[in-house]
Amino acid sequence: MSTETSPAETRVLAYWLWGLPLAAAVWVVVYWHLAALADWLVSAAGLSRATHWGEAVHFFLYDTPKVLLLLTGIVFVMGVIQTFFAPERTRALLAGRRLGIGNAMAASLGIVTPFCSCSAVPLFIGFLSAGVPLGITFSFLIAAPMVNEIALVLLLGLFGWTVAALYLGMGLLIAIVAGLIIGELKMERYLEDWVRAIHQGAAVAPSGTGYGWVERFEAGWRHVREIVGKVWPYVLVGIGLGAAIHGFVPEDFMASFMGRDVWWAVPAAVVLGVPMYTNAAGILPIVEALIGKGAALGTTLAFMMSVIALSAPEMLILRKVLKWPLIATFIGVVATGILLVGYVFNLVL
Amino acid sequence: MKNVKVLGPGCRNCQATLTLVGEVARAKGIEIQLEKVDQMAEIVRYGILSTPGVVIDGEVVHAGGIPDRKKVESWFGPAA
Repeated sequence: MSTETSPAETRVLAYWLWGLPLAAAVWVVVYWHLAALADWLVSAAGLSRATHWGEAVHFFLYDTPKVLLLLTGIVFVMGVIQTFFAPERTRALLAGRRLGIGNAMAASLGIVTPFCSCSAVPLFIGFLSAGVPLGITFSFLIAAPMVNEIALVLLLGLFGWTVAALYLGMGLLIAIVAGLIIGELKMERYLEDWVRAIHQGAAVAPSGTGYGWVERFEAGWRHVREIVGKVWPYVLVGIGLGAAIHGFVPEDFMASFMGRDVWWAVPAAVVLGVPMYTNAAGILPIVEALIGKGAALGTTLAFMMSVIALSAPEMLILRKVLKWPLIATFIGVVATGILLVGYVFNLVL
Repeated sequence: MKNVKVLGPGCRNCQATLTLVGEVARAKGIEIQLEKVDQMAEIVRYGILSTPGVVIDGEVVHAGGIPDRKKVESWFGPAA
């Protein structure tokens, strides 16, 4: 890590610079032939897509490699990008900002800063103690899990760029407005007492410093092993459920209770989503299959946002630092935002 | 003997880091006193923003994600 010009390091870098374009080319070729591959596998197995089983198996064989390929690609790229955005750096960028512009910055940085929900508490305290206002800290905490790169790329791959862009815009808007509201309400007194009393140790910045390109690429690869290694069971279960829905649930079945004309469907979707805990990669294949059966896009996206952003386990983690009134406000504001998104999507699309 | 603390509320990555540090120290034949710190108040006192964090003899050497094996090896000096 000390010098970037040692011969061994240069050789490793050369491997990466040759290997990456090659891997990218293979990726593209495979990605564009997935449909043909699934068709071939289904007929080779003696199944017909006219049958329930054939259609379900086709969905599974097409979506599994597609989602895994998208996931691997984006997770690698994000792993490299994240080496430029250590949480320490994000915190320095946000310290002392005013509400408004600060919330917008926090929400955007939430997309690229590495974050896992078990780090939520140290991050929260670290931000506050460095002088990042409470409202801005919340904008970050809402955007980070909800508008994550995995959700965005899977939406792009499964539904096209309009839906992905709308999701990005709406997610950022919720994070910004919710943070503004919490900031305006001046709820600092609802932090747990030990949090207000804490005097955090001097900021150290051991992560994200002294990266060379080899380290960045290696970080990307480690990110792939870590994330894909963790979420693939969720993905398989999600695609399995999606395949069953796709093959066996009658056409337009979902329209009767998840269609756009059913006014209570959006709130019901949000409430259902809270106790559920999975990730974007697992929930999206289900969303895709539901929409194919006549469920309205807004309703299903509201469900997805609720599952990702308002999970019960994360609330329990945050309970260690927040008193109930602040948690309730947080849930209330975010849930209202998601409801609005659901209705807007149902109206627009 | 080095005192090594792994800071983390007990998620998968923290567990993996703990195992990795113990493994590398054993492989290098270095005796360490390995501690797991899972109290939030204690964790944040070290000023880390993301877990797991690693503290050696009171100094933070790592924060965020499972550390690279090479990095862990460098904490325990050149090969014995």
